[in-house]
Amino acid sequence: MNRLPRLTALLGAALAVAGCAGSDSQDTGGEITVFAAASLKSTFAELGTQFEETNPGTRVRFNFAGSSDLVAQLTQGAPADVFASADEPNMVKAVDAGLVDGEPVTFATNTLTIVTPPDNPKDVASFADLAEPGTSVVVCAPQVPCGSATERVAEAAGVALSPVSEESSVTDVLGKITSGQADAGLVYVTDAKVAGDQVTAIPFPESGDAVNTYPMAVLDGAANAELAQQFVDLVTGPTGRQVLAEAGFAAP
Amino acid sequence: MKLRRAAGGLVQVGLPAWIYLPAAAGALFVIVPLLAILLRIDWPNFIPLITSESSRAALLLSLKTAGASTVLCVLIGVPMAVVLARGSFPGQSVLRALVLLPLVLPPVVGGIALLYTYGRMGLVGEHLETLGIRIAFTTTAVVLAQTFVSLPFLVVSLEGALRSAGNRYESIAATLGARPTTVLRTVTVPLVLPGLMSGAVLAFARALGEFGATLTFAGSLQGTTRTLPLEIYLQRETDPDAAVALSLLLIVVAGAIVVASASRRLAGPL
Repeated sequence: MNRLPRLTALLGAALAVAGCAGSDSQDTGGEITVFAAASLKSTFAELGTQFEETNPGTRVRFNFAGSSDLVAQLTQGAPADVFASADEPNMVKAVDAGLVDGEPVTFATNTLTIVTPPDNPKDVASFADLAEPGTSVVVCAPQVPCGSATERVAEAAGVALSPVSEESSVTDVLGKITSGQADAGLVYVTDAKVAGDQVTAIPFPESGDAVNTYPMAVLDGAANAELAQQFVDLVTGPTGRQVLAEAGFAAP
Repeated sequence: MKLRRAAGGLVQVGLPAWIYLPAAAGALFVIVPLLAILLRIDWPNFIPLITSESSRAALLLSLKTAGASTVLCVLIGVPMAVVLARGSFPGQSVLRALVLLPLVLPPVVGGIALLYTYGRMGLVGEHLETLGIRIAFTTTAVVLAQTFVSLPFLVVSLEGALRSAGNRYESIAATLGARPTTVLRTVTVPLVLPGLMSGAVLAFARALGEFGATLTFAGSLQGTTRTLPLEIYLQRETDPDAAVALSLLLIVVAGAIVVASASRRLAGPL
């Protein structure tokens, strides 16, 4: 059975190719791969296009996913040049795993907002209204960043929530609101902005107690560290600030 | 067993040697990932990880809902299989294709479809809402999602069993004066019981693994809608060791079911 190891290697290679979602690690000089949190999808895609236009011949590839998924992929050896996380704990994980080159930079912040279906059927007006009996509230599970922010806000406001569902992602919370399944949910300001008039966003003062910061960093194994740093500079510079602000992200 | 012997009698030639290579590759393709999970288990903490409160709640909920949806599958799937196998009416083949559709649908599509059917604003849910019945975010929603995706498994295996069993005995019973209901009860069902069992076991296994439709349609709350696959998905965010341990638990439960199903199948007409 001396064919066995070779087969295993072949299978491993096939799985690795499938696993890294087309992020080809070929060093073409003008290409960088950016692993970014799912909530950055539209802003980073726009900044990537701008970057390619101002630096002709370069290419920015993206892999958008949940921050913890991205850290897991990076830890397992996925090739990337830049990592942008939706929260600090996941960046800390990346730093602790020795994946990061230099210091992470905070480039944006995000806060929670209440969202309801467009007609706000239960007339939710404040955070305390979420605890009203008969109002079905959907939040993120405490295990994910938006859920831990929800916990902090609820604690600061002294309101005990009893949600009908604790979802694994902001997208799932938003889905339950846009489809009218629940009366209110807690998502990030930027998510509410993306949903547009499919939801009514109700800002509340207690959201200031859980500000989520977005750090990004050039990675240790970057094939093109110089270009990667240029992309980080673009995001943290005035252009990046403007694009991010339009999407609802606040300055760090 | 009968089939294998017949084939052996017809074809005296052995298998071509090369065929073992792709077959072994296929086996490895399935087995290596399972081994990878085994190797990643944090054995000293394995028992505490799978017996934590949230894990136990998830396992219990999974077994309960998968059991309930299997019962539902049998109650509505048996008549469906009988009608599809024995009945004859216009549009039968179209109906069969439609009923089997959840087999090939991505589960998340099933979830979206269920949402627009039984959700608060859904086709049926809207009327249930006015009656004061709400399905969203309840255990009932989980059972509906699981039944939706596992029903075709039962219908397919039972219909196959009915077809291969033929209707010779049924005709004899009818000739002897038995009424259709008596024929169904005393001849047809006992004849395909092994096929029914394997179908039910498959449906149970599929329900146990249900993830996409549940996540989309039922939500996720400990003890109410968070089944084992949803718990694994969530634990992975903060505690990968717990996720791996729970994955093994699910593999063991599913494995036991598949083995049971395989032994049933050898005995049955399928």
